[in-house]
Amino acid sequence: MADARISIPATVPRGAPFEVRIQIRHPMETGYRTDDVGKSIPRNVIRAFACRYNGESVFAARLSSGIAANPYLRFFVTARASGELTFEWVDDAGARAAERVAVTVV
Amino acid sequence: MLRALVILTALHAVAAMAQERPIPLSALQSGLAFAGGDVRAMQSDETASPAMLWVGRGEQLWNASAGAADRSCGSCHGDARVSMRGVAARHPAYVAALGEVADLEARIQACRTRRQEAAALPRESDDLLALTAWIAYQSRGVPIAVAIDGPARAAFERGRAFYTERQGQMNLACSQCHDQNWGKRLLAETISQGHPGAFPAYRLEWQGMGSLQRRIRACLFGVRAQMPPPGARELTDVELYLGWRAQGLPLEAPGVRR
Repeated sequence: MADARISIPATVPRGAPFEVRIQIRHPMETGYRTDDVGKSIPRNVIRAFACRYNGESVFAARLSSGIAANPYLRFFVTARASGELTFEWVDDAGARAAERVAVTVV
Repeated sequence: MLRALVILTALHAVAAMAQERPIPLSALQSGLAFAGGDVRAMQSDETASPAMLWVGRGEQLWNASAGAADRSCGSCHGDARVSMRGVAARHPAYVAALGEVADLEARIQACRTRRQEAAALPRESDDLLALTAWIAYQSRGVPIAVAIDGPARAAFERGRAFYTERQGQMNLACSQCHDQNWGKRLLAETISQGHPGAFPAYRLEWQGMGSLQRRIRACLFGVRAQMPPPGARELTDVELYLGWRAQGLPLEAPGVRR
């Protein structure tokens, strides 16, 4: 169930900032919890998140155990031409995921 | 003669009590009314509500073939947006084929094992929560209306008895908080009326999705009572009673709760 929900406007004006919202399904296990028999649950949080627009880095974040499960990120991007936003993230277990979404500039 | 009259009056009182509502229908308030502004904002904005992750997954599962029958939910029920509208608002309901009252989760399980001939999904598994959330999502805004007559009556009465009976080390009944003291503070929390309409819900305390049964079990844990296992008849009975108690409240599942 490695999914994410991404929300951007259907069309964006050239050169004006637009809002990007992404919610990623992830347990963001802190590493501080123990299971039913007292065994420590290993930390597993999304370590790094990056967003690129047509290959150019536009937003990046380093997340830690202070971030709640299913992290929700909201940021602004400016586009001069239509293109593609790509989102990539990797967690402590080494699992990588990526999503992409097309941006239409008018 | 006098004795007969007394008995008759007593019988009358019992019959009246059966329909008496601890909270009048006009005073019903969704749990959202007792939640903080941040929780309300999170539920009302679908792009911000983490519960929508489960709804999306549920839609995928709805259309995915499963089991020996190689059928999806959609093979029989078509477009959930049409066929499932209002279904969650009617559950729990008596299902003749099962011979008992079933909540939405049990109903999905019955379809899975009997029609799809697939393995049952464990209670509280992400997949079962996702399917329940997707189906319940189709009934958003539909007033809750469960049937408590006919074969469902016995379950309803058991549910009411469970709800009004003192339990656990704290010696508290559900009704003492949620009928008699709602709106007051319990430490940092405001006691809600205990309505089921947001479930399955994303609960911030859980950092995840959970069913109504999980929420009831959490309350039982709080009063240090015995917790019936997930799927137990006692829990379904209470779910039915809660549905009757919340009659007319619009369904808001999948909701967000603190």
